[in-house]
Amino acid sequence: MKDLDSLIKRTLEQIASSSDLAALDAVRVGVLGKKGSITEQLKLLGQLPAGERRAAGAAINEAKDRISAALDLRRAGLEDEAVGRDLAAGNIDVTLPGRGERTGGLHPVTRTRFRIEAIFRQAGFSVAEGPEVEDDFYNFEALNIPADHPARAMHDTFYFGDGRLLRTHTSPVQIRAMQKDGVPIRVIAPGPVYRRDSDVTHSPMFHQVEGLVIDEDISLANLKGMLAGFAEQFFEKPRGMRFRPSYFPFTEPSAEVDIQCVFCDGAGCRLCKQTGWLEILGCGMVHPNVLRACGVDPERWQGYAFGMGIERLAMLRYSVNDLRLFFENDLRFLAQFNRG
Amino acid sequence: MRVSLAWLNEWVETGWDAATLCRRLTMGGIEVESIEPAAAAFTGVMVGEVLSVERHPDADKLTVCQVAGGGAQALQIVCGAPNVRAGMKAPLALEGATLPGGLVIRRANLRGVESAGMLCSGRELGLSEDQDGLLELPAQLATGAPFREALKLDDSILTLNVTPNRGDVLSMIGVAREVAAIADRKLTPPHIEPVTAVHHAKFAVRLEAPAGCPRFAGRIIKSLDPKARTPLWMSERLRRAGLRPISPIVDVTNYVMLEFGQPMHAYDLRRLSSHIEVRKARPGERLTLLDGREIAIDTDTLVIADAVGPVGLAGIMGGEKSGIAADTADVFLEVAFFAPDAIAGRARRYGMLTDASQRFERGVDPRQQERALERATRLLMDIAGGQPGPAVLTQVETQQPKRPSVTLRPERVASLLGVQVPRSDLEDILRRLGMQVAGAGDMLGVIPPSHRFDIAIEQDLIEEIGRIHGYDEIPRKDAKVLQRPQPATEQRVSRERLMLLLADRGYQEAITYSFVDARTQRLLFPGRETLALANPISAELGEMRVSLWPGLIEVLRGNLRRQQERVRLFEVGTRFEMKGGKLAESQVIAGLITGPALPEQWGADKRGADFYDLKSDVEALFGLTGRGGAISYIAAPHECLHPGRSAAVMAGDTPLGWLGQLHPETSRKLEIRDPPWLFELAIDPSFRSEVPVFSDISRFPAIRRDLAVVIDEATTLDELKKAVNLAAKGLLRELHVFDVYRGAGVEAGRKSVALGLILQETSRTLTDVEADTVIAAVVALVKGDLKAAIRG
Repeated sequence: MKDLDSLIKRTLEQIASSSDLAALDAVRVGVLGKKGSITEQLKLLGQLPAGERRAAGAAINEAKDRISAALDLRRAGLEDEAVGRDLAAGNIDVTLPGRGERTGGLHPVTRTRFRIEAIFRQAGFSVAEGPEVEDDFYNFEALNIPADHPARAMHDTFYFGDGRLLRTHTSPVQIRAMQKDGVPIRVIAPGPVYRRDSDVTHSPMFHQVEGLVIDEDISLANLKGMLAGFAEQFFEKPRGMRFRPSYFPFTEPSAEVDIQCVFCDGAGCRLCKQTGWLEILGCGMVHPNVLRACGVDPERWQGYAFGMGIERLAMLRYSVNDLRLFFENDLRFLAQFNRG
Repeated sequence: MRVSLAWLNEWVETGWDAATLCRRLTMGGIEVESIEPAAAAFTGVMVGEVLSVERHPDADKLTVCQVAGGGAQALQIVCGAPNVRAGMKAPLALEGATLPGGLVIRRANLRGVESAGMLCSGRELGLSEDQDGLLELPAQLATGAPFREALKLDDSILTLNVTPNRGDVLSMIGVAREVAAIADRKLTPPHIEPVTAVHHAKFAVRLEAPAGCPRFAGRIIKSLDPKARTPLWMSERLRRAGLRPISPIVDVTNYVMLEFGQPMHAYDLRRLSSHIEVRKARPGERLTLLDGREIAIDTDTLVIADAVGPVGLAGIMGGEKSGIAADTADVFLEVAFFAPDAIAGRARRYGMLTDASQRFERGVDPRQQERALERATRLLMDIAGGQPGPAVLTQVETQQPKRPSVTLRPERVASLLGVQVPRSDLEDILRRLGMQVAGAGDMLGVIPPSHRFDIAIEQDLIEEIGRIHGYDEIPRKDAKVLQRPQPATEQRVSRERLMLLLADRGYQEAITYSFVDARTQRLLFPGRETLALANPISAELGEMRVSLWPGLIEVLRGNLRRQQERVRLFEVGTRFEMKGGKLAESQVIAGLITGPALPEQWGADKRGADFYDLKSDVEALFGLTGRGGAISYIAAPHECLHPGRSAAVMAGDTPLGWLGQLHPETSRKLEIRDPPWLFELAIDPSFRSEVPVFSDISRFPAIRRDLAVVIDEATTLDELKKAVNLAAKGLLRELHVFDVYRGAGVEAGRKSVALGLILQETSRTLTDVEADTVIAAVVALVKGDLKAAIRG
């Protein structure tokens, strides 16, 4: 069986040196194919003397098995190599940026407005809107600000020639909402408002969210609870808050609300004029004259109203240090608010 | 209002430090905006006494003085002030003194003469604007005393933000009353003794408009010394209150106004004729005011007039003619009460805001005119001598302001504030505020004091109780309210969704003013009726926008200037359209794109954004409504768009908006090199939505057939689609346009449109033969109707 041993040896060498699947297959065909050397030997078994056949057969079969196993092993190896080569050829630079459009974003005032709306919606408020060109009744009279009232000086107003005006607050929307839907009511009115004032800290157009709650048993304590809760959610942090008595013609009692300065946490800094407090909104219990103007009986119904400037809250929330940035619409400014 | 803390402490003693006082006032409703030192920082300044004055040997304008006050020895000081004289007292800055601004005084040699310090003007110490010499100090100040102490300069000035309802706080007595009520202390105002008249001269006063002026106290004072000067203590207090000292007569009236909040006026008696009448202005009357302006007076304005005509606008400002002159010796003092509604708004109408009008329109105590007159007379006599006549009070009894009793129900206090204020505290608070409380049980009658004009209803009293009790004492409570589900409509695409869609497609939201430059707007929308502001801030913000485009274009221009190449903007807002004088406000969504279609990147060819980039965004918006297929884009001219590149957007017969390219000529005039692409859509009716309704999905395979149709340039895709749809008879599921080709193989003036037709039956498998039949029908129809040819 010397032939067989050298055949095995030779074949195993050929297998080992096969560098690709085609070469390996050629080896297989040469040995195990129809005319392969092993196949040929098996064919010749019958010519052997009967006594040798068995042992020879076993030896050939063993050789066949060894060669087959070696072929399989080598095939697997070559296949792995091929896959590896393919993969290597298919490598890409994962650090190249993706294709297509970038995302833009909402204006920080809108972003802030939507957050404010979301917080109050969850607290059961609905959202109302109304006209921006108003008349004297809705903007002033119905809000207990008769002509020549000194408080009108607080609202430097844009007028049109015919007596109409640009609303100086979104309170008219509340009047309209009360007239339309009656009471009880829980509503906020967001939107642009206009005052004839333009300098570093005043913009002739800015945005407000005003809120109104009228029911049978609503108190200043409820107002404090609602606004404290709002501030906590808006700033995502419990903040010191204080209610200062103040004056608005349409509320009585009235208050202004300060929060602990967000820049110095109340220690006193330039931005809070060393007071540790920042004013964020005005509020109070709705004046009976306002309720009467809407056909609501103030002996039975009472409630609160509040109003906040969206730009002011956006400035505090996002550390924007100049009001005018909101209306310059510089893309480099706007794009800073694209996250989230 | 500015309040000297030291002065306030004379009226009410609290024992509080400045910070506590400020906090308590603020929390009591009188907001303290700031607290500042009364005088700038300086050190080393004494009360100096000039012992002798000699001429400087080598300088005409300098003097050499011996000055006491800087120690045991007199100091030699070289001085350049014109008013220096032996015997006067003036601030003396010693060697080593630091003056405001950081100037350090050193021993100096001035033209050969040693100077051991400096005599100071008020300006040098930051105390006045006076430049004409040394600050002359009262003789009674002790020579050598530290100057800051002698003038009580270590004082603080509180700036109070007094709300418009609290005119009664615009005075020392008002602030002191508040402090006294908050701190529960006694008020200690200055003692006022009536002055004894030394002659009988009177000036007749007629109240002809008693509703506006029911009380008028007046007095003649003769022989005042026109050369008298306002004493330093008074000018110092005026200065700390923010008023400029002028002359003793004017200063005294201002000083009493600061003390009692009672504006008063002094007339030069020589300039008054016969009598004074307080009346409404007559038609055509004019007056030259103290500030030199001449105005025409409206007939609803109250005037003070003499026999000749108006001499002052009552409660606002006096007239020039009867004003105090440098030589005035005989005066008539007016201390009147003018009703708030007779004054309110008038000053503003004449473009004024005076200390007097501010107080009268908010309400001045109608019981204090005599007291203020006595106080002013006394001060004036102390300063400038003079001979007082009798004080004369003219009043109309029936027109006196009333303070009716206001009903207070303690139960309502608890209900409105949300806290129980004990009954005794409640009544105590009201009494501390000077209110008379009558009655018991669940109904009190409360009469506010004469100085309170803002207490008319129960809620006003409740606020008073709340603020003095302390808003801090009011707990935070959750309200018990009705819970009702909120609408969550699917009939409309929310504005938020529209905005986020554009944001996600690379747009940046802008917010622009609703008023725009009329010129730009006219350039874009010539001939449109617009709504103009009567009192704009500036011409650039002169009229209401009829579209968001002017604002967006302005934002584009700004960003182009800032070197932005690619701009994608949108805005949601109101436009203000006028039709036949009637205003229509509507909410619109508008967008603008310009520059490359995509951000600069490696994986896509660079090309400029065009109509179809914009249209894809518009289509995406309509895609949210579920009726994008029902929207048509109709080539139509628009006043500010490129005539061949603009489309009206319609839903059936309803116009929704426009898209297209800014007219190149307009763009050029606006100095924008590449005309941007614009769209604007009315939110309602554009974004009414339809609730999705499920329809069966066909289980049978579809067949796709592609067809390249050559048609005239002028033939639109809509026309081609219509023909294809017609011929395909309901088997057409989808129709894709996958190429539009012009060039070799297609004649000039024609284009080849490659269509992919997806054909499908819903109830069975469509056969190839049927598909061929459909395609044949399509081909036949487009050949016939559209003069089309089929390519390839």
